[in-house]
Amino acid sequence: MEIDWSIIVGFIPELINGAKVTVIITLSGLIGGMILGTIAGLMRAYGNKLLNSIAFIYIEIIRGTPIVVQVMFLYFALPVLADVRIDPFAAAVLAIVLNAGAYIAEIVRGAFLSINKGLSEAGLALGLPYWKVLVYIVGPVAFRRLIPPLGNQFIVSLKDTSLFIVIGVGELTRTGQEIMAANFRAVEIWTAVAVFYLIMTGFLTLTLRLIENRMRIL
Amino acid sequence: MSIIEFHGVTKRFGSLVVLDEVDLNIEQGEVVVLIGPSGSGKSTLLRCINGLEIISGGDLMVDELSVNTGKTTLMNIRKEAGMVFQQFNLFPQMTALENVAFGPRRSRGVSKAQAQEEAMALLVKVGLGDKANHTPGELSGGQQQRVAIARALAVKPKVMLFDEPTSALDPELKQEVLSVMNQLAEEGMTMVVVTHEMTFAQQVGTRLIYMEHGRISVDGNPRDVIANPPSDRLKDFLVHVN
Repeated sequence: MEIDWSIIVGFIPELINGAKVTVIITLSGLIGGMILGTIAGLMRAYGNKLLNSIAFIYIEIIRGTPIVVQVMFLYFALPVLADVRIDPFAAAVLAIVLNAGAYIAEIVRGAFLSINKGLSEAGLALGLPYWKVLVYIVGPVAFRRLIPPLGNQFIVSLKDTSLFIVIGVGELTRTGQEIMAANFRAVEIWTAVAVFYLIMTGFLTLTLRLIENRMRIL
Repeated sequence: MSIIEFHGVTKRFGSLVVLDEVDLNIEQGEVVVLIGPSGSGKSTLLRCINGLEIISGGDLMVDELSVNTGKTTLMNIRKEAGMVFQQFNLFPQMTALENVAFGPRRSRGVSKAQAQEEAMALLVKVGLGDKANHTPGELSGGQQQRVAIARALAVKPKVMLFDEPTSALDPELKQEVLSVMNQLAEEGMTMVVVTHEMTFAQQVGTRLIYMEHGRISVDGNPRDVIANPPSDRLKDFLVHVN
């Protein structure tokens, strides 16, 4: 079959729809993942033995299993275990929340623990309770150190959504697969899909670069 | 009542005894200079006063509050005992002014406007009125340490604790910090200073304490003690620091 790039034009609206689903899963998953990851990371860094252990077990389970297995578990096994029905889209978002959350937890823990102990001592010495030291002193400095590794995780999570093809979510990779199944234009379609991913990850990289430039890493 | 009272204070790190049943009273207005070889417990003694180190035994009263009576008391003690650190430990994301205004705002609940006004006055006092909007990274070590002194003073403590305040500074920058400390002493501030600056001890100190192996080995008037060291080991120590 001869390669004909012009056929892509006709599929652009479909690919854009797939990319939209990818973006929505990634964004909502990462918002949840940031919340979960921050909580779990702080539990690891500052929690008592019980909180620390809970966070540790969560992180180890997620980091120790592939994301495809996680989403399969959520979509196929969870409804059997607990009597809940979960649609593919919700399973996909939840998988990103849980998965990104575990990695973000380790990023958060590392950033907070990397802050020189002298800073929190200086805060405590002013008569502040420990939580204020974390909120006003350690937190803002740690946040700046979070940005580079966090950006990396955002890109990984965005690309991880392509694996949700296994539960039939209509995201970008699935869309490409469906178009391909109809016309067998492998080179054109997969190139187009790859370019769409590059545009999305490129946009993320640029945004992060901008934030990094605005905020000095201290 | 003395402003600081150590009653048989012991501090252990694991099996290592760093402070060994220390008894010590410090009165309001005294400038106590703590010296001693490294590992003698002088920094630990200082850090026990504001509870950055938790004592293992005995009792320690600061402004009639015991460090043994829980977190809330400890926070109140810290508001009365400002600390200046060897490594300055300024908050890097804040300007000099914000560093100084931070304590009163977050710890004393002073309004932002009032905290900033008082912070500005303190920065002027330590000679850095023109650096108010600079961040710590833009200041020299001596300037950073002066901001740190202003930051501790802003909470209006009754005692100031100095933990080797000039040890991390180049010789030519030490003087600007020492002169601010000198000025504080003249104003009658109670100060406990861990330092190796024997000139400061002699000229500003009202009391010199030499520590060894977690105990107070010599306690007296700085001029007398330096002129006539009562122990051979102190004599040796003084030869080495000068």
